[in-house]
Order: sequence, then structure tokens, then C-alpha cells
Amino acid sequence: MDEPTEDIIIVKDLVKSFGSFTANDHLTFSVKRGEIFGFLGANGAGKTTTIKILCGLSYPTSGELSIAGFDIYTQREKVKRNIGYMSQRFSLYDDLTVYENIRFYGGIYGLAKKEIDTRSKSLMERLGFEASRNKLIRDIPLGWKQKLAFSVAILHNPRIVFLDEPTGGVDPVTRRQFWDMIFEAAHDGITVFVTTHYMDEAEYCDRVSIMVDGRIAAMDTPDNLKQQFGAPSMNEVFIKLARATSPPVPLSQGRGGAGGEAANNTESVKWT
Amino acid sequence: MKRFRGFVIKEFYHIFRDYRTLLILFGMPAVQLLLFGYVLTNEIKDAKIAIYDPSKDVVTRRISDKILSSGYFLLEKNLHSVAEIGPVFRQGNVKLALIFETDFAQKLEKTGTARVQIIGDASDPNTANMLVNYTTGIISNYLVSMNSAAVPLRIIPEVRMMYNGELKGVYMFVPGLMAMLLMLISALMTSLSITREKELGTMELLLVSPLRPTQVIIGKVFPYVFLSFVDACIILGLGNAVFGVPIQGSIALLLMECFLYITMALSLGILISSITSSQQVAMLISLVLLMLPTIILSGFIFPVENMPWILQALCYLMPPKYFISIIKSIMLQGNGMAYVWRETLILVGFTSLFLVISIKKFNVRLA
Repeated sequence: MDEPTEDIIIVKDLVKSFGSFTANDHLTFSVKRGEIFGFLGANGAGKTTTIKILCGLSYPTSGELSIAGFDIYTQREKVKRNIGYMSQRFSLYDDLTVYENIRFYGGIYGLAKKEIDTRSKSLMERLGFEASRNKLIRDIPLGWKQKLAFSVAILHNPRIVFLDEPTGGVDPVTRRQFWDMIFEAAHDGITVFVTTHYMDEAEYCDRVSIMVDGRIAAMDTPDNLKQQFGAPSMNEVFIKLARATSPPVPLSQGRGGAGGEAANNTESVKWT
Repeated sequence: MKRFRGFVIKEFYHIFRDYRTLLILFGMPAVQLLLFGYVLTNEIKDAKIAIYDPSKDVVTRRISDKILSSGYFLLEKNLHSVAEIGPVFRQGNVKLALIFETDFAQKLEKTGTARVQIIGDASDPNTANMLVNYTTGIISNYLVSMNSAAVPLRIIPEVRMMYNGELKGVYMFVPGLMAMLLMLISALMTSLSITREKELGTMELLLVSPLRPTQVIIGKVFPYVFLSFVDACIILGLGNAVFGVPIQGSIALLLMECFLYITMALSLGILISSITSSQQVAMLISLVLLMLPTIILSGFIFPVENMPWILQALCYLMPPKYFISIIKSIMLQGNGMAYVWRETLILVGFTSLFLVISIKKFNVRLA
């Protein structure tokens, strides 16, 4: 933290426990403006818990958090105005059209109708969706939906966008296209906080943190991490790290059954 | 406010694009009302009776005529001896037998008392009960009109006949049906629509947005307040137009009470959706925990007074019971607030209780 003004997300000693189970154990990290920050970890490592706290969906047990310069306890509303969120579960309305979804999400962020119309027009041109403007979401392919969901999450020009496993279940080509959109957003100055368990995606991030058992086990640029662990790819880094921290437990079992992250249990382990 | 409007518009899209929702909202009230009104009435028309009249005097003739001209009864057979009573019932057509004693008019004149026996076919107890009530009612009416001092018979059925002189079943069904349908639509539909957002994952998105949690809940509930209210009007209108159910009291008061009841049911729906996050569970809870008690324990079909005390005690915990008695009081008796304030207060109490619990639950869930 040499230049604190540049840190758009500051987390100090974040603890979240569910009863006797500690999902987040004294996390301390910060994310710089415009950075693509990868938040990695096995299933049940505590990623979703953290991202929910950062988005204000859940209260931390203790710790200091500042998002976009606002305190998460006292300035919740201001935090909400400055962030966008896309969850691992698909989050557009099936029975509304493409345009109606855009208008709805624009509306709840308080954008004027004119503003929504111009933004949705440029958005659909960029995605090549013009013909599908009045199609119901349930009638368009999954890859399109995911891209649209991302566009909607940054429709109100948030300073930070949180992506919780945005590319789950998507084919490699669409995933690549999706990352192009993320790069573009980052280029426009939006800070991207992304969780993933595709290790190839970790390579795209400016910086990554790897969570194991509720703690941050490593945090640096992908290149530095690979060097530090003497590994050719992020995948190797991850496996070495996981073995080093909890040797007797097979990776695929992890801490999947532990409480508090039930929603995560449906994920499959992708790096083995 | 503008955000809120966009939210409500979205809710209406959800409702109007789902034909099942529409069917439940608008088809069900009409169909239920017509079904209950026509098929499940307690009304009896042209029940066959047998009469044994050994005295054959002016009074027994008049009573028989009155009974037969009431529209409820048809004379199947004039009996000639007491021995015929058994066989005539066994044949199964005759539902009721009327047996006058000998020298009926004379005895009535001299002693002020004459006896008539009414025998009902209680293999169908409800019908028998109803027929016996009709008959005693007609006889006591006749006695009153005769101005004689025949005291004992006069008292029995009078209370039941008030406010619904023709004992029309549909008068009872309309208030009960309103209580049931408004409960179903309000509680079931809101709990479904909220849990659906949870299942889809869109609820998280809404909670991340600058909308406040209470705004989200009110936005989800608001369309159903409106639509349930439309439903209440449909039921009242149909009841009045098709079945001639009167609205004796103030319509404004009636609608206000409907509004209160709808709010109560909606807050119950919110409560249900705060307990569960799956549509199936919400539906199960709504149907089993709300619908059955509403039908069985509210006095809608089965009179509360005849239940064992433990069930009676349960009945007092059922909000629909109070709504039904309010509605009956206003619609059939034409009473004003002075007569229903207690039930109204109880409904207000239920509403605030449900709201407080669900707001608490909602906050706990966020933590």
C-alpha cells in the first residue's frame, strides 16, 4: 500500500464466521483502480463469502472494509451505487426481452430513460444483438446471455464490477470473448474483481490472490507467482499451493461440505 | 420513486406473460364462485315428503298446504297408517315424513298444544337437518300467524332464518370464498414471486443495487395488492349479479376490510418467502398451512361452534375466521364499523405481527 489513494478496494482483517466455522480468516488485501483482480480458490475456500461481503449482501463478523472510498458499514448506499455485480447463477429475467432487461436494470440504478436507450443501443451494436432486441431472454443462447448479463452489470458505469464465476458452463470460444469484454471494461477504467476456478483465466488477471481454507495463501502477479513456485502455469502453482497448505486432504474433497458455502458445492473441480 | 415504478412495471410483465398466473388470478375466482354457488349449495328444492294426517281438519290442511307450497317440498305420498312410514323411507325417495296426531285442531284449541312428528331420513344428515329446520320453521310461522298461544314450537328456528330468509347457501359461500381466494392469491402468489427471484439468483442482484430491501419487497407485493383487490371486486360483483347476494352495508367499509385482509395475506406471503428459498416449498406451505385451515377452520364450511374445544381454540388463531365474520356482518346484516371493530383490530394485529416477523427474518438473512 505505497499509494493508498489508488486503492479502490481496501480490506483489513476481514473475518466471517458461521458458528464455529470460519469462512474468511483475517483476510487483508487491496485492489488498485483499473486492475483486473483474480480471486481464486478451491470450492468452499471462501471466495463467494468474501465477494458477498464486498457487495454488501452479507455482513462481515469483523474487519475494516472500504469500497470505492466508502465504508461498508456506514456508507452502504453509496457503495451500492458504485458497484456492479454478476453472480455465478444466471441473473437476467427469462420472461423479459433483451431490451426490457436492460431498461429494468438501468431503471433500478436510476438512469434516465434517454440514457438507458442510448446505452442499450450502443451496447447491442457492440454485441451484435440488434436483431434480438425484442427476443425473450429464454430464447437466446447461454453464451449471449452471459455477455448480456455482464453488459448489464456495467451499464451504470460502476467504478468496480464484481464477477462471481462469470464463465461457468460456457464454451471456450465464448469464454475468450467474455474476457475480451472484461479487458475492454478495465480499459475504460472499471476495476474488475473476478472469482474463477479456470486457471487459464487466472493468467489474464493483473494480479491474483489464491485462497485456501479461508486464508489468502498467495497474492501477486501471475508471472511472479509462477516464478516463486517454479511452475510453468497457474494450474501448477495452484496445485503446489494447495498441497503445501493442506497435504492430507485430497483436493477434490477440499472443504466442500462445510457450512456457509452450500451454494458453491455444485461446482466441479476444474483444475485436476 | 422512478426506480420503484420501473420495478412494478417489471412485476406486471412477469404476471401478464405467465398464463398460469393469469389463470389463477382471474379464472379461479370466477370458476370457484360458480362452482360453489351452483354445485355445492346446501339448498334443497323439491324434496319428496310423505304426510300422515289422521285428523284431516282445517289446521292440518293449512299446515300441509304451507309446507307443500314453500317450494322446498313435493308430496310423494299421503299415508294411511303409521305402519306405512317404515316402508316409504326404505324405498328411498322420501326424505321426510310429517305425522299429525289425531284431532289436531281440537287439541290445539282446547289445550294450546298439539303434536306433530317430523321424521327425517338421516342417512344424509345434512339434508335431513336442513329439511327438519325448514319444516319446523314453516310450522312455527304458521302458528305465529294464527296468533294462538302455542309457545313451544315457536322459538326453535328463528335465529337461523335471519338475514338469509331463504336459507340460500350461496350467501354463506361468498364471504367464505372471498376469504379463501384472497388468501390463496395474495399469500401464494407473493411467496411464489419472491422465492422465484431467489431461485433465479436475481434477488442477489436486486439487493446489490441501490434499491433498499424494503423497496424490493414492496415492489414485489404491490401488483398483487392491486390484483387481489380487483379479484375481491369480481367476487362481490359476481355474487351480486349471478346469485343476488346482497350488500346491505357500506361498500366503502367492505372494500376497506378487503384491503386490510389482502394486506394481512400478503404479509403472510412475505413471511413464507422469508422462511424458504424454493418455490416448491413456498407452494406447499401456502397450500397446506394456509388453504386447508382457511377452508376447514374458519367457519366457511363447518360451523366452529360444533367443533371439539381444541379445534375451536385453533380457529381463533385463523385470520380468515375474523374476515368471514366481518364480511357477513357488513354484507348480510348491513352493520357498520361499530359492530366489526373488534374483528378489524384483530386483523390489524395479525398483519403487524406478520410484517414485524418477516422484516426481522429478512434482516437476519442478510447478515
